Amino acid sequence: MAETHAAAYDSKIEGNVIFTRLDAALNWVRKNSLWPMPMGLACCAIELMAAAASRFDIARFGAEVMRFSPRQCDVMIVAGTVTYKMALAVKRIYEQMPEPKWVIAMGACASTGGMYRSYAVLQGIDQLLPVDVYISGCPPRPEALLAGLMKLQEKISRERAFRNQKPELVEKLEEMLA
Amino acid sequence: MNSQEAIESLNKSFEGKLQDKTEFRGETTCTISAIDLRDIARFCRDQLSFDYLLDITSIDNFGEEPRFEVIYHLYSMPHAAYLRLKLKISEELGAIETVSDIWPTANWHEREIYDMMGIKFDGHPDLRRILMWDGYPYFPLRKDFPLAGLPSEMPDVAFTKITPLEGGPFVTIPSTAGSKDREPRAREL
Repeated sequence: MAETHAAAYDSKIEGNVIFTRLDAALNWVRKNSLWPMPMGLACCAIELMAAAASRFDIARFGAEVMRFSPRQCDVMIVAGTVTYKMALAVKRIYEQMPEPKWVIAMGACASTGGMYRSYAVLQGIDQLLPVDVYISGCPPRPEALLAGLMKLQEKISRERAFRNQKPELVEKLEEMLA
Repeated sequence: MNSQEAIESLNKSFEGKLQDKTEFRGETTCTISAIDLRDIARFCRDQLSFDYLLDITSIDNFGEEPRFEVIYHLYSMPHAAYLRLKLKISEELGAIETVSDIWPTANWHEREIYDMMGIKFDGHPDLRRILMWDGYPYFPLRKDFPLAGLPSEMPDVAFTKITPLEGGPFVTIPSTAGSKDREPRAREL
């Protein structure tokens, strides 16, 4: 948190008070505890599992809590080939995730259909879901997934979280302050 | 008993019902007609001990008559012998009898052929599509089905779109070149 600094005045609470922007605090909380929805559909899911295992350890970035219930997830990692038969199921799971939510398209297939230029394969999950980060590779190495996750964290840290979360409240506050 | 002896035994029991028997690299193939399929299948299993149906495949000879071909790959566990049976069916007929009661493994093979090629199997206990969803209107492995697919829409189930094929289909080309050049890519063919 670059914009955070300890309050330095002589009192009993010295060191226990920090000043920051509400957005920065919210984003800090969110980006360091991204619970993924592992949408493992093909071989990318193996790399996703490797990223979660001890050698690569996605827990270093606070994203180790893979939830198999969409209602507890923050980020959907679409790892693999999305067939047309699966496409609406993926969309439905995405819709069951609570806001705020993000999507990582992991690998060539999830991003563009990859080598499957086929009657049966959706040509990129971005035709159905708003994708935040695309990761290249077939499949991407776990490091690439971690890099993608860090990219997403960067993106989250720039969000106007408070305004997005409570637009009416922000409006009211602005009126009061005006 | 090897494949040759099996063919001879078949020939004896089904006089004149086996057409062009061929032998290629130790694999024996013969063509039969669709009416005799179940009798021959039962005979192969019970008398010739072809107890294992390896695979059923189908071919679309688009533009020829009869259009479709179905091929049964049999294997005998006790004799370690292979036998291949072929039969042709026309598009108008479009159906043959099931062998799923003779070799239970045929159940899913026949469903796949129905799904991809649109050939029906009379007497099949559960002839639904196996890969595509029920209600998908096309048979994708037929020769007149375009490579890029066709659009379809089934609300709340699935949809399909035409796949962009700029630069040609995404394929590899068989050669002795290094793996970098053999990589599948979009190619004009």
